[in-house]
Amino acid sequence: MADHVEISHLSKVFPTPKGPLRVVKDFNLRIRQGEFVTLIGHSGCGKSTVLSILAGLSEASAGGIVLAGRELTGPGPDRGVVFQSPNLLPWMTALENVMLGVDQVFYTASREERRQIAEYYLTVVGLGEALHQRPSELSQGMRQRVGIARAFALSPKMLLLDEPFGMLDSLTRFELQQVLLDLWNRTRLTALMVTHDVDEALFLSDRIVMMTNGPEAEVGEILHVPFPRPRRRQELLENPEYYRLREQLIEFLHVRAYTLKGQTPKGPSSTAPVLRAASSVAVAA
Amino acid sequence: MKKIHWDAVLMPLVGIALTLLAWQMISGRIVTRSLADGTVEEVKLGWVQDLPGPVQTWEKTRKYVVEPFAKREELDQGILRFTWYSLVIVAKGYAIALILGTPLGFLLGLSSTFSKMFDPIIQVLRPVSPLAWMPLGVVLFANAGKSANELAALFTIAVCAMWPTVLNTAVGVRAIPQDYLNVARVLKLSRTQTLLKIMIPATLPYMFTGYRLSLGIAWLVIVAVEMLTGRIGIGNFLWNEYNNGLYTSIVLCIVTIGLVGFALDRAMSLLERRFKSIL
Ligand SMILES: Nc1ncnc2c1ncn2[C@@H]1O[C@H](COP(=O)(O)OP(=O)(O)OP(=O)(O)O)[C@@H](O)[C@H]1O
Ligand SMILES: [Mg+2]
Repeated sequence: MADHVEISHLSKVFPTPKGPLRVVKDFNLRIRQGEFVTLIGHSGCGKSTVLSILAGLSEASAGGIVLAGRELTGPGPDRGVVFQSPNLLPWMTALENVMLGVDQVFYTASREERRQIAEYYLTVVGLGEALHQRPSELSQGMRQRVGIARAFALSPKMLLLDEPFGMLDSLTRFELQQVLLDLWNRTRLTALMVTHDVDEALFLSDRIVMMTNGPEAEVGEILHVPFPRPRRRQELLENPEYYRLREQLIEFLHVRAYTLKGQTPKGPSSTAPVLRAASSVAVAA
Repeated sequence: MKKIHWDAVLMPLVGIALTLLAWQMISGRIVTRSLADGTVEEVKLGWVQDLPGPVQTWEKTRKYVVEPFAKREELDQGILRFTWYSLVIVAKGYAIALILGTPLGFLLGLSSTFSKMFDPIIQVLRPVSPLAWMPLGVVLFANAGKSANELAALFTIAVCAMWPTVLNTAVGVRAIPQDYLNVARVLKLSRTQTLLKIMIPATLPYMFTGYRLSLGIAWLVIVAVEMLTGRIGIGNFLWNEYNNGLYTSIVLCIVTIGLVGFALDRAMSLLERRFKSIL
């Protein structure tokens, strides 16, 4: 059976004052229907670049993407996108922000049905009481909940999430990871999410794709996360396997992200994501 | 209870008092003195001999103020009645300025080609005085018969008042965050929907800044327009009274024009703040 998403030989070249810069080179990845995949790698390696090509917001310099048997050309509501900042339209209420997409996708449904779809997803993410509030009246975390509801409400063929919890404090991040996981358990949408956080990746995904450093970043290694679903954070943290996988991820980021590209691992700067990840475990435990 | 800020009330009053005092000091007054031979001579004294002082101004112009809507004769009406005539023509010209200026601003903001073509022309036309536009307006609408006069006036107001709306709208369109436009792209909104649901709301605060500035200019231009066309209104009243040597009315007109302009600006900035608070 063909995979749901096929990313083949994807490359992206940016023109820079110093000449063309090949940020991503020969990026290959296949994702099965209903699979949750995270993309992890050092800052600046090209994760967002890959994601925005998938979203159709940026064009590939070479290579192509096939989604559900069709070659992708340009953006479309068949992919639900959640950005790092939720990108809500400030003049619309939470409900109107979600309706904007729902109206577009379910244009054959009646207005009442469309409204019910939007209300359903907002309620599931815990905003049933805040339907008519504007983004300025919502906390950062609540705004990102709207962002998540907006993406899921499209019933897209694929979800694309670019560090959706990157700007949140760690407690809110845990809450929202749970919200995302709950919603995903109900819908099982094929998802590709970018993150810096190894614990987040282990908690959410079926597979973790580790990207090498750039320029010419590519897929380094892929880690299968074998924990059964539905998952509970507490159970994972009590599982020795969790720490073995975590070690493997950190080892990659620390060493092989560099050595695979013939670079020498850096000292202090390369430990930054590791430290961040370690501190979030402490909070969780 | 809310504390009253005496400063906020008192200081402007002190400012007004000082201004009146300065006015009194530079204004002229007429003194009669009896000469040795028994005849009486009138002498003008003061720094600006023909400038009436505050008290004299009030005495001579109070009939325009206490009956602000009276119409005694064509050229002898209450001050607010004159103001009303002016406001009507300003409102029409202003409406034209907005109707033309807003889409023009959108075009400038959306298309860099259009912007490159027309931005230099706009920059050159923008500082041209209403006194310079007015004769052109008269020429343009010379064949319009009875309404030629009005059309020339509307042309002048619109063409002078339009620019802040054009430029602010263009700036606002260029400042729409890419994030908002990406939402439109991801959802594949049609052009019309992107314009109505994303671009116009995102630009509204800038548009209203432009609208406020445009209204200020439209009101500023009215005196020049009425002087040149002879349309009845506060600017025309001012000019007639000057020609008749009734200088007290000039002061009344200036104060009235200033107060009306101030009120218009306040009203617009309230609207403007409302739209800004949404973003
Ligand atoms: N429009 C652009 N023009 C030139 N270079 C770009 C452009 N966009 C991104 N880059 C470069 O491409 C590289 C990858 O950027 P990208 O945003 O994909 O990284 P990332 O992995 O998402 O990083 P982060 O984790 O910090 O978000 C970076 O070195 C960046 O400087
Ligand atoms: Mg990024």
